[in-house]
Amino acid sequence: MPLAFIVWAFAIVIVYVFLARLWWFPPPINQHGIIYDQHFLSTLLVTGVIFFLAQLALGYVIVRYRDRGQRAVYSHGNNKLEVLWTSAAAVLFIGAVLASTRVYAGVHLGRPPENALRVEVLGKQFAWSFRYPGPDGKFGRTDIKLINDAGGNPFGLDDTDPAARDDIVTSALRVPVGTPVRLTLKSRDVIHNFFVRELRLKQDLVPGMEIPLVFQADKTGVYEIPCSELCGLGHHQMRSTLEVLTAEEFRRWEQAQVEQLRQLQQP
Amino acid sequence: MSSPVTHHAVHAAPKGFLRRYIFSTDHKVIGKQYYLLALFSVFVGMLLSVLMRYHMIYPDAKVSWFEKLWPTGAAGGIMTPELYLSLMTMHGTIMVFFVLTTAPQSGFGNYFLPLQIGAEDMAFPVINMLSFWTTFAALVVLLAAFFVPGGAPLSGWTAYPPLSAVGEIAGPGQGTGQTLWILSIALFCAASLMGAINFIATTIDLRAKGMTLMRMPLTCWAWFVTAILSLLGFAVLLAAGILLLLDRTAGTSFFLPAGLVVNDQILNHKGGSPLLWQHLFWFFGHPEVYIAILPGMGLTSTVLSVFARKPIFGYRAMVYAILAIGFLGFLVWGHHMFVSGMNPYTGIAFSVLTMAIGVPSAIKTFNWIGTLWGARIRFTTPMLFALGFVSLFVTGGISGIFLGQPALDLYLHDTYFVVGHFHMIMGVAAIFGIFAGTYYWFPKMYGRMMNETLGKIHFYLTFIGVYAIFTPMHFVGVAGNPRRYPNFKEFEFLGELLPVHTFMTHAAFFTAAAQLIFLFNFFWSMKKGAKAPVNPWEATTLEWTVPSPPPHDNFGGRLPEVYRGAYEYSVPGAEKDYLMQNEPAVAVKE
Ligand code: HEM
Ligand SMILES: [Cu+2]
Ligand SMILES: [Cu+2]
Repeated sequence: MPLAFIVWAFAIVIVYVFLARLWWFPPPINQHGIIYDQHFLSTLLVTGVIFFLAQLALGYVIVRYRDRGQRAVYSHGNNKLEVLWTSAAAVLFIGAVLASTRVYAGVHLGRPPENALRVEVLGKQFAWSFRYPGPDGKFGRTDIKLINDAGGNPFGLDDTDPAARDDIVTSALRVPVGTPVRLTLKSRDVIHNFFVRELRLKQDLVPGMEIPLVFQADKTGVYEIPCSELCGLGHHQMRSTLEVLTAEEFRRWEQAQVEQLRQLQQP
Repeated sequence: MSSPVTHHAVHAAPKGFLRRYIFSTDHKVIGKQYYLLALFSVFVGMLLSVLMRYHMIYPDAKVSWFEKLWPTGAAGGIMTPELYLSLMTMHGTIMVFFVLTTAPQSGFGNYFLPLQIGAEDMAFPVINMLSFWTTFAALVVLLAAFFVPGGAPLSGWTAYPPLSAVGEIAGPGQGTGQTLWILSIALFCAASLMGAINFIATTIDLRAKGMTLMRMPLTCWAWFVTAILSLLGFAVLLAAGILLLLDRTAGTSFFLPAGLVVNDQILNHKGGSPLLWQHLFWFFGHPEVYIAILPGMGLTSTVLSVFARKPIFGYRAMVYAILAIGFLGFLVWGHHMFVSGMNPYTGIAFSVLTMAIGVPSAIKTFNWIGTLWGARIRFTTPMLFALGFVSLFVTGGISGIFLGQPALDLYLHDTYFVVGHFHMIMGVAAIFGIFAGTYYWFPKMYGRMMNETLGKIHFYLTFIGVYAIFTPMHFVGVAGNPRRYPNFKEFEFLGELLPVHTFMTHAAFFTAAAQLIFLFNFFWSMKKGAKAPVNPWEATTLEWTVPSPPPHDNFGGRLPEVYRGAYEYSVPGAEKDYLMQNEPAVAVKE
């Protein structure tokens, strides 16, 4: 008997916390994030109703059919009901997943726009590095033998390749607002995961693979990037930031980087 | 289908202590051995989880006995992040393999499958004994990982390569510790394969006269299908484990691609794929969660029916649902890999199949409610745990609908939402199944009743406790909290969630403490409990026709004959409100 009230109490508290959004997503900063939230909400709504009704029913039968000396009904079931709830569940579940396929396809099956800014993302235990192609628009040659983290060369850029000499390497991801960005995710040791909550995007970085990820941030600001695939003892410290700059700020920043590289490479 | 008569040789009870209690071939002794192994493991696993929860909210606390236990991992009494990760790995591994796979299937299944189908023993008693001792060896090897240089591995129970494949350079524990982990899992796989063959053969060949498949209790169906899942799943995990071992020790490259630079060292591997491990692992790993939960579902069905004094609602639908879950369970492993870099089209296919497997799970829930509808419920401790199981199963199932959609998984993957989800449905739901089984079958196993008052207190505290621990995990998951983080100091957004973690940690202390009540009740009742009658719950299945505890050959040399299904309660016109499966046709007053 008390069990019924506990079950109901939990159901109410859980529904309340989700409705009141006591803990919630940060506001989205891209179109995908907006669609994501809509889909999350509709899933929450449908499943929330099912959840609530199921717990309610459980509590109800506990109270209603406790032993008060009545005779239990002798019934082996009801085929009509079985068919009914089987098909209802099937329609609902499959419907949800088909509806969500649109959201997923929008991220992974679209073609990246031609004008997308290209950035390489490199994960290693336990740091992020980002590489921009620089003024020539080309990523230069790399060689793992040249990797030198302390010397600021986590990618192993090969300076004998002119295309590599102007590549910009940073430890934070800076992008201009409102511009499509095409990331290429790579890891050089173990699996890591690139996650920006505000973008509602998450993707593993797998050694031996180059995995594309396209997004466009529509709101300036600084957003944290927590590594989200266990990569070792520093996993929880593997942090970087996504800095969404105005077009002007981004241009100036890029220019400064190019300038700095030039000076460094003066004999 | 006709029921084959057993051709099983009758064996007399062995004499010496060793043959009787240690290297016994009696399925009942082996069942208890498995159960006690799981009981030991669950307390170790729980202790580790409490330490983890403590570290999360007090990462800098100095606790002198930490240092005694882990001189390097907690030098100066302060737990290091790597120690946290190794506790996490051991916690997950112990819980999944040595608790959830061991107690409901190998423990209860071994003890009660022969009794419920009317057999004298399992089909292959010697293999049965071997399989237990192999499991025991696996546990010893796993725990040994704590005591080798570098300590226990930190790559999680999923052991993804390259982290798990490149050795010590990837972190402490990734040397000998990880090797021991793989060996332990390989042994466990071998043991599970032996067990699976035994369960399958026993179910097919040793059913008593009249025990048709469709008269079997749902527990037997669950054990049977679970055994098939074990056979196919553990075979693949065993192979994968061997490949991983070769990558580590023989220089092969099954899971390691070219160009690896780990810890500033260039590795000489080429041609392998880290994703291959994930495919192999989850081909086992998803069925594994059903291995953990199916026996609990079977038992919940039975217990609900017994204490509702009503036939199970939709027996056939329940059987088909178990079979459907078993079959579909092998087609959904990719839902663990939506963000792994797998082809997105594959992801969509897996998501549709995943939602499809939700259907039989929903059917089970509906039928449980249907069973309770119109019932006359006796609130015994096993019944409370079965009802709790239903509630937890609903809660955990609902969050699965989120995670099964690749679109939503784009954010939720590897957050605490997942930790909350799998603890609800696989962790505590299955544990509730084990508790229900313990309170229900203890009288048969030990010949004494467990204390009901303590049982109920244990239930209520645990039920409230697990909701308090695992519900908030969903909330911080929605806020984006990654899992497998030893502490939350480095990120601004995680700092804001600390109060929730503090709450969960205290809930974990509370719940863990409540388990001492169970422990006390268990051992106290073994010695001091009231003597159990043959059929204390007025249930219908065959184990309740023999003395508590049953004699060595179960049915005293006369195998029972079965006349009806397992759930005949409140039959109109019958004298009592239940009809035993082996009662010959009784005069039913119309
Ligand atoms: C007192 C009860 C329990 C508590 C407080 C608890 C707590 C935790 C915590 C804190 C984690 C680590 C999360 C992370 O860092 O990502 C974890 C992981 C895990 N737990 Fe539990 N847990 C409990 C019971 C169980 C049970 C009954 C199971 C059985 C399935 C279980 C299975 C797992 C698994 C498989 C993992 C994942 C380990 C990994 O990431 O490799 N836990 N648990
Ligand atoms: Cu990481
Ligand atoms: Cu799965």
